[in-house]
Amino acid sequence: MKRLSEQRNKILFEKLAKYVGPNVKVLIERPDGNYCFREKKDRVYYLSEKLMKLSDTFTQQQLVCAGTCIGKFTKSNKFILQITALNYLAPYAQCKMWLKSSAEQQFLYGQHVTKGGMGRISENTEKYSGVVVYSMEDLPLGFGVASLSTAECKHADPMATVAFHQCDIGEYIRSEKDLL
Amino acid sequence: MDVVAEILERTAKDAEKFKPIHVKKHLELEYDVGSLLAVDINDLDAKLINKEKNDYIKNLTRDNIQLLINQIWQLPTERVDDAVVVKLPNAKTLLPRSLPVPKEKTLTKWESFAKEKGIRKSNKAKVHWDEELKEWIPEYGYKRAAAEREKDWVIEVPGNADPYEDQFAKKKQAKVERVAKNEFQRLRNIAKAKNIKIPKMGVVNPDMANSKDLVTAITVAKSSTASVGKFQSSLPKEKEARGVADITPGAKRKRKMPVVPSMQERSENLAIIDSVLNKKPKLDVTKALSKHLYKEQEMLHEEPSSKKPRAGKRGKKKGGNPVAAPKGGKKPKSGKGVHKASGNVGRKRR
Repeated sequence: MKRLSEQRNKILFEKLAKYVGPNVKVLIERPDGNYCFREKKDRVYYLSEKLMKLSDTFTQQQLVCAGTCIGKFTKSNKFILQITALNYLAPYAQCKMWLKSSAEQQFLYGQHVTKGGMGRISENTEKYSGVVVYSMEDLPLGFGVASLSTAECKHADPMATVAFHQCDIGEYIRSEKDLL
Repeated sequence: MDVVAEILERTAKDAEKFKPIHVKKHLELEYDVGSLLAVDINDLDAKLINKEKNDYIKNLTRDNIQLLINQIWQLPTERVDDAVVVKLPNAKTLLPRSLPVPKEKTLTKWESFAKEKGIRKSNKAKVHWDEELKEWIPEYGYKRAAAEREKDWVIEVPGNADPYEDQFAKKKQAKVERVAKNEFQRLRNIAKAKNIKIPKMGVVNPDMANSKDLVTAITVAKSSTASVGKFQSSLPKEKEARGVADITPGAKRKRKMPVVPSMQERSENLAIIDSVLNKKPKLDVTKALSKHLYKEQEMLHEEPSSKKPRAGKRGKKKGGNPVAAPKGGKKPKSGKGVHKASGNVGRKRR
């Protein structure tokens, strides 16, 4: 578990800021102590400083991971969120999208969200901003990227895509072995 | 009759000398006849073992061996040369080995390749018949060399070759290089098997180099200018070789991020977050347009119902400036209001 380089830190925070905006600070300075990000094999883990100090006592070979994996860096140094980050990011989400119950399954199987399946959208959503996708019962389902702004959504075709699928809680079953 | 009785008596006397072949045991023994092993799972008699240790153990052992022998006698016997012979079954007990299991030899590069491709080694004949010399010639050795010398007393110059080139010298050189290559590969295999890191030796012969070596060569060559490669242009998707810092002038080794106290790390992180959040947004035309559209729509929705009361409210708030009050919900335009002079008239003073 090593510290992220400054460049990677920046990439990570930029990505997180897309979803939670200025609340990124809240992720680090939490009321239950300070949290930090650590990296191992290009995967980024989110863990408390207390846990981090304990994990430092293990050698690299012995430790598989500590904390929660929130995503990974690709070979071209882009950061990709993983579904396990949902629990931490959903409470602070800036832009939200609610799905009709009929469209939930489609999304959970990895499809994009169409206008027909969208139940509600937060007002200030801009084009290509990160959205957290909720079911109508306010259960967070995953991450997406808004392909249209709120205003454009109103006039969009019912079959038009309003959010690109990023990840969803169906991955807990679909790609169980890949999740860490 | 006397004789019979006498014999019976004698055998009975003889039998008294030996102990009986039947042994009584509380629990039956566990046998592994194959490895001639019997395990007595009965408890030892604590009293007897204290009193007469040696005799007790001797007797116990005899009994147990008697039982084992009984088991062996139950197997089918044969007679070979006046001796009774028994064929033992396979042993059930696994004996641990005293030495560690020998490690498997690591495969050489060729062996692993052949295994992957399913190439099998075929045994060649050690000699083959040569039609020219009318002789059996071995695959290797001094006889082969002699035969070769006899055969190749003349070499044809290939059509595209330089006529003044020494073909014999060329052939000799090629052989030397083949041997050197083989030696290099042998050493590489040994290094790989023993997990030794071979130091990079810079640029290798292009005939021997693989793509990684070529990338190394490019990186090293680029940095070999007077300005250590600072002004060298690179191709769009060119990659730099890794792990060549010690043979590249001017290259810095990548270091791990140092461990710092958590307070410092946090403040650094917060600084990065601030810089990310306070980045000046680029003028995004589509974003601006969508914002504008959104505002316009809101206005369209609100206008018919809340036109008058809004205007009135604003008028009151502003403190009775009838000219400045806007007519609709629109932005006030310049040149329509009364200029509020702030005391002195004339040049703008800063």
